[in-house]
Amino acid sequence: MKNKNIVIDVRHLKKQFGQHVAVKDFSLQVTQGEICGFLGPNGSGKTTTLRMMCGLMVPTAGSGTCLGYDILTQSYEIKKQVGYMTQSFSLYQDLTAYENLDFIARTYGIPDRKIQIEQALKNYNLLDKRNQLVSALSGGWKQRLALAGCLLHHPKLLLLDEPTAGVDPKARRDFWDDIYALSKQGITTLVSTHYMDEAERCTKLIYISYGDLLAEGSISQIIQKAHLTTWVVSGDNLAPLEEKLKNKPGVDQVVFFGNKLHVSGKNETQLEYAIAPYKNKNWQHMPSTLEDAFISLVDSTAHPLNQPFTPHTHPPKGDQ
Amino acid sequence: MNSLFSWQRLLAIISKEFTQMKRDRLTFAMIIGIPFIQLVLFGYAINSDPKNLPTAVVAADDSSFTRTLINDFQNSAYFKILPGNMSNKKANWLLETGQAQFIICIPPDFSQKLVRAEKPELLVEADATDPAATSNAISAIQMIIDSFGQHFSGSLSYLKSEPPPVNLIIQPKYNPGRITQFNIVPGLLGVVLTMTMVVITSLAITRERERGTMESLLAMPVRPLEVMLGKLIPYIFVGYIQVVLILLAAYYLFDVPFNGSVLLLFVSCLPFIAANLAVGLTFSTLAKNQLQAMQLSFFFFLPSILLSGFMFPFHGMPDWAQTLGNTLPLTHFLLIVRGIMLKGNGVLAISHSVGAILLFFIFVLVLGIKRYRQTLD
Repeated sequence: MKNKNIVIDVRHLKKQFGQHVAVKDFSLQVTQGEICGFLGPNGSGKTTTLRMMCGLMVPTAGSGTCLGYDILTQSYEIKKQVGYMTQSFSLYQDLTAYENLDFIARTYGIPDRKIQIEQALKNYNLLDKRNQLVSALSGGWKQRLALAGCLLHHPKLLLLDEPTAGVDPKARRDFWDDIYALSKQGITTLVSTHYMDEAERCTKLIYISYGDLLAEGSISQIIQKAHLTTWVVSGDNLAPLEEKLKNKPGVDQVVFFGNKLHVSGKNETQLEYAIAPYKNKNWQHMPSTLEDAFISLVDSTAHPLNQPFTPHTHPPKGDQ
Repeated sequence: MNSLFSWQRLLAIISKEFTQMKRDRLTFAMIIGIPFIQLVLFGYAINSDPKNLPTAVVAADDSSFTRTLINDFQNSAYFKILPGNMSNKKANWLLETGQAQFIICIPPDFSQKLVRAEKPELLVEADATDPAATSNAISAIQMIIDSFGQHFSGSLSYLKSEPPPVNLIIQPKYNPGRITQFNIVPGLLGVVLTMTMVVITSLAITRERERGTMESLLAMPVRPLEVMLGKLIPYIFVGYIQVVLILLAAYYLFDVPFNGSVLLLFVSCLPFIAANLAVGLTFSTLAKNQLQAMQLSFFFFLPSILLSGFMFPFHGMPDWAQTLGNTLPLTHFLLIVRGIMLKGNGVLAISHSVGAILLFFIFVLVLGIKRYRQTLD
């Protein structure tokens, strides 16, 4: 029964461009209605992974299904049921909002497309933008239009590649409200992002770094797996303190969050010992945040001696 | 001083340009390739004094006199005598379809009249569609005839007399007034279509890729053939607008005769337009950006205009250049359009050329579809 709800099931995906391995051994299962967030540094293979899942790229090795179709041989069927939003805005700039939606509706062969387009324009508050050239729309509106476009054919799966890059906070929040509403309707979403607040709204998180899947799970699972103890230091002129703490044994990371300094370590006793000389009333013990956990993940790939977090973790490698 | 002009800044820009030039390999190839092609085409292929023009002989009188005369033609280097004695019908067919440039007609009583000094008639029919192709050869005929008498000695030495012993009649067919525009303007139809159709479509897919819309197009359930045809068909209409404009100008501004069927010309434009569009589409699957697409179009346009017989007489080129020219659709289209307008050719006379264009179209379209990638790999 549970198997029926699996939307994405890919195993050991690998993608190689010449000498460069963009995605290594990538496996993932996503169930229906999940909002699955892809995180990872730039160039870590997020886009490539998304593209392999909807048939835009053929994996070098590995296999899998998407919506029950084979990603290697049935990409045409997958395309019909997937809404894919590209990283760079990719609607036609020299067409109006309506014309773009109309083109999409026609290529997917949507019945009663006029009604559907009107509905989409209404749902996304695009009614007054319908006759504007897309090139004249601001970033946030473009994203809304792109989302409306990739939902027009009622896809079962949404693949969103950094959909909110360069979009203002209000528009981002609206965008995520939309995705939540869709999730409630049973639409599965795979979304890549660099924003922590967005990651926190996902039901499942995937952390990829240079082709490796480093961590997978819910927010609390990932924070838990990081095994971090975090102290938050507030006050003025914290930069010298950061310098001093950075290389102390037991201190694994010292990071600014706004005007506060997060000092974290995996070994609580060692950390306590290291920070003891500096501690004052400005220091506060806090539960680690998702961002702390992620920074620790990124750093861990650079330090071969660190404990791996998940069975998926590979020892870091140098560039080929 | 330094803020107005800085050598350092200038050098920074210069070296950046060189680096970019080096990266863009196609552009680099063009920088080397275009002059090379121009050298070869202008240096070796093009000849403004066309020689070895294919000539059909219809000899009703086979004698040593006629053989000598034909030999004179051949020896002048302007004429390449096609093998065999032909029927009038066959020779005319060759002239209509552009396979022969001249017909030499020798009447049945040629030798008899020659010996009797009765000045037999020698009829030379020329395909004067392209005045430049025939004018030098026509002057050469006069000289051949003038010196024909020199062959005779002894009892026949009276034939050496001035004026020549043969009465030469030259019939410049299809364009008797030898008006250059009659040849150029119909030809322009093909050239304009080649230029715009290839350029416009070569930009079509390249533009999608450059603007990033290719990715979403690929993510849609669209088949390559649908994309290809969908991008071709709108420009077929554009092509026909050009056809109408040029034909109206040809008829009303340049008084080019229209001897054949207008409908036939319209129909036979279709494969030619389609062939050029297919070339453009294939280019756009090869080019990485719009500049490269333009360069590829130019790469195709240059030999088309030079080797097709538009600017320079086709039969005046060496064999390799003619072979190359025959692979280009423009060469065949010029035969069609000049054939229909000036010669009044019908379906049969143009069918060979239409077939050649169709073959080219299919070949290029298959190539284009194979090159069109359905993935982003």
